[in-house]
Amino acid sequence: MWERKPVLLIVLATVAILIGTIITMVLPFAWVNTEADRIESVTPYTALQQEGRDIYIREGCNNCHTQTVRPLVPEVLRYGDYSKSGEFVYDRPFLWGSKRTGPDLARLGGKYPDAWHYKHMESPRSMVPKTNMPAYGWITKNQLDPQMIQRKMDVLGFPYTTDEIKALGDKNEMDAMVAYLQKLGSDIPWRAAATTEIVGELINPFTGVDHDTMEPWEDLYKENCAACHGDHMEGVIGPKLVGADYYDEILFQIIYTGIADGGMPSFSNLGTDKVWKLVNFIRYYGQGEGH
Amino acid sequence: MENQPYNQAIVRSFVNWSIVWGLVAVLVGVIVSLQMVEPDLNFPPYFTFGRLRPVHTNAGIYGWGVGMIFATFLYMVQRLCKVPLWSDKLAKFQLWFFNATIIASAVTLLLGYTTSKEYHEMEWPIDVMVVILWVVFSINIIMTILKRKDEQMYISLWYMLAAIIAVAILYIVNAAAVPVSLFKSYSAYAGTNDANVQWWFGHNAVAMVLTAPFLAMFYYFLPKSTGVPIYSHRMSIIAFWSLIFMYLWTGAHHLLWTPVPDWIQTLAMGFSIMLIAPSWGSVFNGYLSMNGQWHQMRENYLVKFLILGITFYGLQTLQGPMQAIRSFSAFIHYTDWVPAHIHMGTMGWVSMIAFASIYYLVPRIYGRELYSIPLANLHFWLILVGQLIWSISLWIAGVLQAGMWNAMNPDGSLTYTFMETMVEMYPYWWARSFGGMIYMTGLIVFIYNLWMTAKKGGSIAAQTTVETTTVEGRA
Repeated sequence: MWERKPVLLIVLATVAILIGTIITMVLPFAWVNTEADRIESVTPYTALQQEGRDIYIREGCNNCHTQTVRPLVPEVLRYGDYSKSGEFVYDRPFLWGSKRTGPDLARLGGKYPDAWHYKHMESPRSMVPKTNMPAYGWITKNQLDPQMIQRKMDVLGFPYTTDEIKALGDKNEMDAMVAYLQKLGSDIPWRAAATTEIVGELINPFTGVDHDTMEPWEDLYKENCAACHGDHMEGVIGPKLVGADYYDEILFQIIYTGIADGGMPSFSNLGTDKVWKLVNFIRYYGQGEGH
Repeated sequence: MENQPYNQAIVRSFVNWSIVWGLVAVLVGVIVSLQMVEPDLNFPPYFTFGRLRPVHTNAGIYGWGVGMIFATFLYMVQRLCKVPLWSDKLAKFQLWFFNATIIASAVTLLLGYTTSKEYHEMEWPIDVMVVILWVVFSINIIMTILKRKDEQMYISLWYMLAAIIAVAILYIVNAAAVPVSLFKSYSAYAGTNDANVQWWFGHNAVAMVLTAPFLAMFYYFLPKSTGVPIYSHRMSIIAFWSLIFMYLWTGAHHLLWTPVPDWIQTLAMGFSIMLIAPSWGSVFNGYLSMNGQWHQMRENYLVKFLILGITFYGLQTLQGPMQAIRSFSAFIHYTDWVPAHIHMGTMGWVSMIAFASIYYLVPRIYGRELYSIPLANLHFWLILVGQLIWSISLWIAGVLQAGMWNAMNPDGSLTYTFMETMVEMYPYWWARSFGGMIYMTGLIVFIYNLWMTAKKGGSIAAQTTVETTTVEGRA
C-alpha cells in the first residue's frame, strides 16, 4: 500500500515526525517562560549590554564557553548557583553552548573587576599563562553605532533612554563586551547567598615553615594571584601585597571567600590546603622576609 | 530501458563540488584544531576560532553532506524509478544555487554574521536561500517519483521522502527570527524555549541529514556493490518507521541538567535508548546481507567502505544513547568526548558511505574504471586510521578532563582549577590535529585518484557514449 503510494508515504511520515515534535517541542511553550518561571529581579539588557551580547555572538564565543550551570555539586562549587529558566527570558538567542573549551560563563558577572576583563581580553596569556583564548584587543578600535543599537532595542522591545543611546557614541566594542560579561548571571543575588561562612577556629597548618618548603608554592601564586597583584606583589589591578599586614586568619578568609563588592574573587575552589599555602607565601614574601 | 537518457552529468557535477566542499571542511577543521593548541594562529577579525569553527561544521554538513545527498539522490531516484529526472533545468539551477549558497554561507560566517545556533549559524538571507534550494530539490525528486515506471518504491526512496519532509520542517521552524538588518536577526524564541527548539533541530539535523539519507545510500549501494539483495525487507520497514518516529523525541538529550523541564529531558533520554533498536535494525540488515559474501571485504574495496561505514553507524548509535543517559551526561558533557563522538559519525559513518557511493558512481559518471584500486585502499586505511586517532585521543581527553572537573578534596573543595584541567588537554589536542592531518592526506589521495580517473582517456563526449552503451547496460 504505502510502498506504492508516495503521497500517502509522505503524509504518514509527516505524521510520524510531528508526534514527537508536538509533544517535546511545541507543547513546552505552554510551561516555559510563563509566569511560573518568572524571577522578579531579572531585567532586560541595557543597550550597552545587549550590544556586548551581539559582539559575543559575532565572535562565536559560544563555541568555547557555555552559559548554563548544571545542578551538580562540582559544577556549583566551580561556577556558582545552578541556572534557572527564568534567568534567560530576555536571551534571543539562548547562548548555553555545548562545549567548555574555556570555563562556563553563566555566573561570570561580578566575579572580577572591569579592569581584569579589559586586560584579559587584550592579552589573555598575560593573565592566564597557558590559556588558549585568542586575544580580542582589536575590538577596542571599533566604535559603537548608536542608531543601529537603538533599532535593535526597538526590535527586542527592551526599555532604554535617549541619553543612554547618546552615550553609546563614546563607547567602543570592548566597553560593550565587558558590560555584557558583568551582567552575566548577576541578576539574582546568588553571590551574597553563596558566600561561604567560615565557622570554628582557623589554624594555620604551615606555621613556621621555612623558605625551601615555600618555594614551590610560588607557582600557586603565579597561577592564581599574579595577574591582579603582580609577579612581585607590587599590585596591578588588585592592591599591592608588599607590606600588607594581615593576620593569617583574615588573609585566609579574604582568599577563601573573596570580597564580593571589592572585585576579589573567591578561591574556595582551590581547597583549604592550597589557600593556606598562599596565605603563608604572601605573608612571608609580602612582608619582605623573603626579598 | 537501459538506454534511458538518465541525467548523469548533474550527478557528476554534484559529486565534484561536494568533494571540493569536503576538502574545505577538512582543511578548515585542521586549521581550527591547530588554533586550539596555538592561539597565535588566530588572525582577527576574520580568521579566529570563533568564526572559523562554524565554517568547518557547515562546510562539512551542508557542502559535503548535503552535496552528496543531492548527488546520490538525483542518481538513485532515476534508477529506482526507471525514469529520467523530472526536470534537468531545475537540477542545473539547483547545482549552481547550491554552490552560491555554500559560498555565501562561508563568506558571511567569516564576516561575523551569525545566529550562533549550532549547524544553523547562517543569518536569515542565507536561510531563505537554503529553503529555496531544498524546495527546488524536493520538487524534482517528488515529481520524478510520481512519474516512476516501477510501481513499488524501494526502501531508499522512503528514506529520501522522509528526509525531504523532515529537513524542511526542522530548518524553517528553527530559522524563525525577527530581522533587524540584512545580516542581523533575533530568534523568535527566547531562552529555554529557544534552547529546546534549537536542539530539537540540532539533533534531528543529525537524523535527517546525516542519518536517513545515508541509510538510503547504504541500502542502495550495498546490494549494488555486492550483487546480492538486502537481507530483510520486513526488518527495513520496521526500522524505517520506528527511526523516523522516535528520533524527534530525543533533541533534549543535548540539554540534560539544563533549565529545560525535566520531563522533556526524561522523554529524550528514554527515546534515545529506544533508538538503538531501529539503528541496529539497519546495522544488522547490512551485516546479514553479507552472509556468504564476507570474502568481498577482501576482494571488493567498495564493500570495505560500506561495511566499516555501517559499523561506525552501529558504534555511533550505541555511544549516542549512552551519552543521552543523565548520569553519564553529567560526567562527559561539555568535554572533548563529544566532538570525538560526532567525528566518529561524520568521518566514519557518513564519509565512508559517501566515499563508497562515489567509488560506485565513478564508472557511471566518468565513463571509465577507477584509475587505481591500490590508491583506493590507501585512501581507506588513511581515513580509517586518521579518524581513529582523532576520536580515541579525544575520548581519553574527555574522560580525563571530566574526572578532573569532578575531583574533590576530602574537605569538600575542588581538587583542580579549570586551567589545571585545560592544560592537560594540549597533548590530546595535538594528537587530534595529527589524526586530522592523516585523514586529510587520505582525502587528497582520493581526490588524486578521481582526478587521474577523469583525465585518463578520451573527451567528455566519448565518455557519455561509453556511459550509455556499456556501463549502463551492466548496471
